[in-house]
Amino acid sequence: MRLLRHPLVLAGLAILALLAIGEAVAPGFAGAGQLRSQFVIAAMLGVIAAGQNLVILAGREGIDLSVGAMLGLGALVAGNVMDGDNAMILAGLGAAVAVTGAFGLLNGLGITILRIPPLVMTLGMAGVIQGLLIILTSGRPSGRAAPALTRFIIDPLVAGIPGLVFVWAGLAVLLIWFLRRSRAGLNIYAIGTNQEAARLSGVPVTATRVLVFALSGAFSGITGFLILGYTQSVFIGVGNAYVLPSIIAVVIGGTPLSGGTGGYTGTIAGAILLTLLQSLLNAMAIEPFGRQIIFGLVLIGLMLIYGRQDRLRV
Amino acid sequence: MTEAAAPAPESRPPLRIRWALAFVVFAVFFAVNAWLQPSLLTTRVLTSNLTSFLPLVLVAIGQTYVVLAGDIDLTAGAIIALVNVSVVTLIEQAGGSGGAIALGLAAGIALGILCGLLNGLLVAVLRLQAIVTTFATSIVFGGIALWILPQAGGSVPQAYWRGYAGGLGPVKLTVILFLVALGTAILFSRMRWYRHLLAIGGNRLGAFQSGLAVTRQRVISYVLCGLFAALAALCLVGETASADPLLGPSFTLTSISAVVLGGTALAGGRGGVIGSILGALTLGLINNIVFFAKLPYVTQDLVKGLIILAALAGGILGARR
Repeated sequence: MRLLRHPLVLAGLAILALLAIGEAVAPGFAGAGQLRSQFVIAAMLGVIAAGQNLVILAGREGIDLSVGAMLGLGALVAGNVMDGDNAMILAGLGAAVAVTGAFGLLNGLGITILRIPPLVMTLGMAGVIQGLLIILTSGRPSGRAAPALTRFIIDPLVAGIPGLVFVWAGLAVLLIWFLRRSRAGLNIYAIGTNQEAARLSGVPVTATRVLVFALSGAFSGITGFLILGYTQSVFIGVGNAYVLPSIIAVVIGGTPLSGGTGGYTGTIAGAILLTLLQSLLNAMAIEPFGRQIIFGLVLIGLMLIYGRQDRLRV
Repeated sequence: MTEAAAPAPESRPPLRIRWALAFVVFAVFFAVNAWLQPSLLTTRVLTSNLTSFLPLVLVAIGQTYVVLAGDIDLTAGAIIALVNVSVVTLIEQAGGSGGAIALGLAAGIALGILCGLLNGLLVAVLRLQAIVTTFATSIVFGGIALWILPQAGGSVPQAYWRGYAGGLGPVKLTVILFLVALGTAILFSRMRWYRHLLAIGGNRLGAFQSGLAVTRQRVISYVLCGLFAALAALCLVGETASADPLLGPSFTLTSISAVVLGGTALAGGRGGVIGSILGALTLGLINNIVFFAKLPYVTQDLVKGLIILAALAGGILGARR
């Protein structure tokens, strides 16, 4: 029974249950073609949730509400650098990551040096970036993905699996290694568990906290680049729909908002779970409002199973 | 201020400083606004400004109680949407008479309280994480709002919006509502449960161990937030005379900005409602300033974003001095 309460096991079971229900409701839901497109969508949520995951792990009310705006900025920069040219794909990615990483760095500096609470800093930054996007684009979609990028993301690459899923898998392996084996990764857990203890044992607290916010910006930029490749052109508000789901993927993956414990493996499961849930609701013949209500109720149900906090004790 | 004679509990001095800072920020923006828009200082423009700021002021008051207790409520906007469409639909279906309006107002308030109660039960009694849980309930509330009314529309009887635009003699109803809200907030802040709320937000475990009813107080703060969001929704109905299920969401994060701008710490335990009211008014003034500064249209959002970020950062830095 203890094993059953492990977030990862639970998320895995929930994924299997969703696939079974989906197959019963809409035959073909768990088929290869469907799964392929599900994984592509989950990968994009998974990448943006990676940055959110690092920020939340580092504790001290860590949260990044600017990931959506950064995603839009990343897509805009990548699209304008690429402008439909296959030769510019890597340049587009690099430019997007550099720009959003720099804004993430600003978030980190505001939070550590000016000591502005993360929620306030990133919320304010989101407003600034949205304003910037309006100036840069006058509200119109701008920039085009390179056709090769779109093919890489959507079409099967090896064994019927699209390139994007390999990218996600690669990032996941890197990130899990980073968190479990690298000094910087362990420092993130250390400051998330007890910042003062970490400081006294020589962890560079400020640098580590700035790093997680910069990385969150960079991951948002990568996600913007990927979404641009997926949809070929994006509007500036594209990222708004990712902000809270990125947090939820982390939390239902077993990293509590208080930080210090958890990891990216659970977040992967969380991103897949959220994506399957959304698409199952889309596959069911119910009105949009019904989908929305069920989605919210399922989230509350998931929280009830393992998102509870300790009871206060005398 | 004439409250100097009141015996000061220990938590008082920092409270007053935070409040004063929010007032200074408000005064600066008010002066800039008056400079850019000289007509601001006429009764008519002041009143119309207050009318348009009133819904946010109300939501910010409610949000403050939740934040002071160390929680957060991301449902405020969804509650506004839900109450807004429910009230308009109910009044329409009940025939639009005076009785129907009274029924609609009562039902709207009850609905807001009910939503807040649900949040409070989930967060405080079942101990779920506030941010994620209230996001989930906001999805549910928003879904129910869309169920009741899939798109903007409907209308309320003339008596509703005429009444809302009316007043007692020369004093507009919205001004009276603002003063009542302010008075209620001050009254609340002198009651014992409010001091308990600060204690709980400051140190939840300590408050629990010294015998305070932590769970009950947290539930009450969510109920208050639901109630004030419902009142904001009723004002919006009076202002727009119709219903829109997508009207609310922007209020959620804006109300949190107002609370922070007012000097309340998101970690809980420090701050107060008066600051939040000033914060909400300041956000309204920033909108005015950006509009009256005659900036090119496309730059307005960036300038607004920068001013808000600077004000939030400045407020937090100033409070630390």
